[in-house]
Amino acid sequence: MSGKQQTEELEKVVIRFAGDSGDGMQLTGSQFTLTSALLGNDLATFPDFPAEIRAPQGTVEGVSGFQVQIGKIDIFTPGDEADVLVAMNPAALKSNLQWVRKGGNVIIDSDSFEERTFKRAGYEGNPLENGSLQDYNLIEAPITSLTKTSLQGIALDNKSVVRCKNMFALGVAYWLFDRSMDQTLDFLKAKFKKAPLLVEANSKALQAGYYYAETVEALPSNYKVPAAKIEPGKYRHISGNQAAAWGIIAAAEKMGKKLFFGSYPITPASDILHELSKYKNLGVTTFQAEDEIAAVCSAIGASYAGELGVTASAGPGIALKGEAIGLAAMVELPLVIIDVQRGGPSTGLPTKTEQADFNLAMFGRNSDCPIIVVASSTPSNCFSFAYQAAKLTVEHMTPVMFLSDGYLANGSEPWKIPSVKDLPEIVIPHARLNGQEFHPYVRDETKLSRFWAIPGTEGMEHRIGGLEKENITGNVSYDPANHELMVKVRQEKVSKVAGFIPDQEVIGTGSGEVLVVGWGSTYGSLLTAVKQLQGAGKKVDLAHFNYLSPLPKNTEAIFKQYKKVLVCELNMGQFAAYLRSIYPEVKIEQFNKIQGLPFTVMELKEKIIELL
Amino acid sequence: MATNSVDTVHVNPQLTKKDFTSDQLVRWCPGCGDYAILSAMQNALPQLGLKKEDFAFISGIGCAARFPYYMSTYGFHTIHGRAPAIASGVKLSNPDLSVWQITGDGDSLAIGGNHFIHALRRNIDINILLFNNEIYGLTKGQLSPTSKLGLVTKSTPLGGIDRPFSAGELALGARGTFFARTIDTNPKLMTQIFVESSRHKGTSLIEILQNCVIFNDKTHGAVTAKENKDDFQLHLQHGERMLFGKEKNKGIRLNGFKLEVVTIGENGITEDDILIHDAHDEDTTKHMMLIRMQPPEFPMALGIIRAVKAPTYDDLTKQQYELSKENAKFSNVEELLQSGNTWEVK
Repeated sequence: MSGKQQTEELEKVVIRFAGDSGDGMQLTGSQFTLTSALLGNDLATFPDFPAEIRAPQGTVEGVSGFQVQIGKIDIFTPGDEADVLVAMNPAALKSNLQWVRKGGNVIIDSDSFEERTFKRAGYEGNPLENGSLQDYNLIEAPITSLTKTSLQGIALDNKSVVRCKNMFALGVAYWLFDRSMDQTLDFLKAKFKKAPLLVEANSKALQAGYYYAETVEALPSNYKVPAAKIEPGKYRHISGNQAAAWGIIAAAEKMGKKLFFGSYPITPASDILHELSKYKNLGVTTFQAEDEIAAVCSAIGASYAGELGVTASAGPGIALKGEAIGLAAMVELPLVIIDVQRGGPSTGLPTKTEQADFNLAMFGRNSDCPIIVVASSTPSNCFSFAYQAAKLTVEHMTPVMFLSDGYLANGSEPWKIPSVKDLPEIVIPHARLNGQEFHPYVRDETKLSRFWAIPGTEGMEHRIGGLEKENITGNVSYDPANHELMVKVRQEKVSKVAGFIPDQEVIGTGSGEVLVVGWGSTYGSLLTAVKQLQGAGKKVDLAHFNYLSPLPKNTEAIFKQYKKVLVCELNMGQFAAYLRSIYPEVKIEQFNKIQGLPFTVMELKEKIIELL
Repeated sequence: MATNSVDTVHVNPQLTKKDFTSDQLVRWCPGCGDYAILSAMQNALPQLGLKKEDFAFISGIGCAARFPYYMSTYGFHTIHGRAPAIASGVKLSNPDLSVWQITGDGDSLAIGGNHFIHALRRNIDINILLFNNEIYGLTKGQLSPTSKLGLVTKSTPLGGIDRPFSAGELALGARGTFFARTIDTNPKLMTQIFVESSRHKGTSLIEILQNCVIFNDKTHGAVTAKENKDDFQLHLQHGERMLFGKEKNKGIRLNGFKLEVVTIGENGITEDDILIHDAHDEDTTKHMMLIRMQPPEFPMALGIIRAVKAPTYDDLTKQQYELSKENAKFSNVEELLQSGNTWEVK
């Protein structure tokens, strides 16, 4: 580092890139992330983009953002507030300034600030001159014009030249946080392999940004965020959707089954389909169905035929799949349903996160129709819980709903690569002939699950269906007592899963004033808030749930150790209501946020302190 | 072409009709056309040279959908309209199975219309038996998408005002590669068509004009009644002239862009004027015209109307597995996890 400015060492820092949705901000953010990961930082990311692919240029609606927190300490969230905002235009500034801490650095492309663009962004006058930025350290960099200047002599049209400005901005960020450009230079070479001019232009813009930042005195200092103390091993960067896809493939391989994935495109679940469609060589069949119903039904057909049937969607699609999920529960076939939740109801907020499909997962079918429900809580553990979902569905011959959400799906973090041989074994309950007449609903004594008899097997020809059936034989039966028995068997089968999942863990001492309870993607913010309060001597613990139906069997015992139980969720209180219905003696309080955004650590701490 | 090879049928000596009959009591109404269809199927399967465990019957909801319970093969009675999607998943996951989807006009053309056309479009190698009785039977008599205009039913006391679908036109519109039509009063024809449809590579649609004795009796009477048999049934055979009538002296001729019924010996018509049926014609024009023929102006076309070759989705899937293996950078999940950008923390 040869800059004339001083270097300041930080434990953690949050940086946010924002621009038009065509400006390449997601790419810029993910490059910064990857470089930081390679440097050994712990980190978490939060892409925040509009539902419209290209909303009108320069408007607040069209702003796409990417936030990443990097640290030398453990990082569980992308951060409440940004220390540095890079805003490529007035609209990006307008919609993102609220996420910057007072005193933070705001880097803007000063070329984009003119009368016309203020107006498009909805500003009355020039925001750079009206005092609205006085609490921030404003760095006005003529990013567009400097990009053009640095690319003079490269035979590209003006539009292509201007598109390189995101690399210029990334270069500035690299200098500011003392990162090497090598990873991105290699990435550009690979990405534009067939267009050498674009490799040259983007690389030059990146370097120009870096050297501009080093030279110009507007930047007060640069920062060093040293490598985190991370458990040794081999790591990679992974997003929630990619992890879910890989978890499912790993489970299929482990159980010696082919994976059949029936899906219909929907935000924010489509990336699972994209990811899985790359792995036909691993025996993965992806079937892009004509609608959500066909997607789940094709997966049920695959399970019936003896392979691992999986479908994925978001809330609106899961609602459509309800009847078919009921069929899978009724005929007792394996089926994994992945719900990447988004804001609702109806079309709602397609690109924003929410945890409001809990009730849909639990109860979104006609009649009494319990299924197993699990939820991941970090982008990388989408791998483990997708794997668990597949394991549970075949071992218990019951559909499993796996809940992820937009925040986990698109968020990413470093992940210590597991070895397939260390993943839990999956034992498939294949039906066997024992010399007697074959019956499809003979049950395992401890699990109450039936056995999987696969078409094509001699001697096991049988009929199953959505009509109520007689236990054991599977013959259609309208007998009243048999129906009651079967409804109870289906419930009991799910309840018995509690004996096959780990006990609930508590982060803390195991008793005290307040137990904070969460599930799913709020883990990072809840953990950070609780740890900070514990660090300040408060008697607060955290129980964060991944197994929702059935609940771990020690749940009630845990709750009884605390004066207050506070359930925090990104919905109106669905998990809280569920817990109240099961544990009426436990006093359950709730804290909810329904803004399509994750909790901030700050607001969680304030709420918890209120209860102490 | 496989669909034309009746003479190469392998008869499995071990299996008979009885082997395909389940122990369940058949619970259709007395006189229902479904009995004859079930029997024709149980006669057809031993001719296919497959084992009992190689058959899977998948149905949706409706009277017809009870069919799998009465077959002693693998069977799955699913939910309303969704059987094509489930059957697709079955066939793609277990391509060695002979997959039969049993459906009705409400199941396929109303609630399951979307799955129906997309199954045909993809050309997955399954066989769809559409029992068309032009009524909802199981729900006790409401209008169906194939009910004749003006039909008085429980849901249309003043007569239906929905214009009916034609299953065949829909199938060809969806680029179906195999369409046959048969009637529940002709067991021999049914068995023959079931055998041939099974040999067709791709989605086969067989429309069976089936009588609902309770709610829509004799809806196909203009075609199936004994007295109409000769004049209103045209039994198509690939490569043969479209002749019908008791004396086989009536036929179908192309006049300009339209079909017409002519009589040999009248107005100078000779046998050479009569159209020869080409089920393998890629062009759907004549097949569409044959499908649309209705009494009293025309006889109803029965038999295999269309059977053309096209790539099947299941074969293309298999090809992509192979292609993907050739270009793969990893061959198992362990290698996948280690692929791409990784770094070591010490």
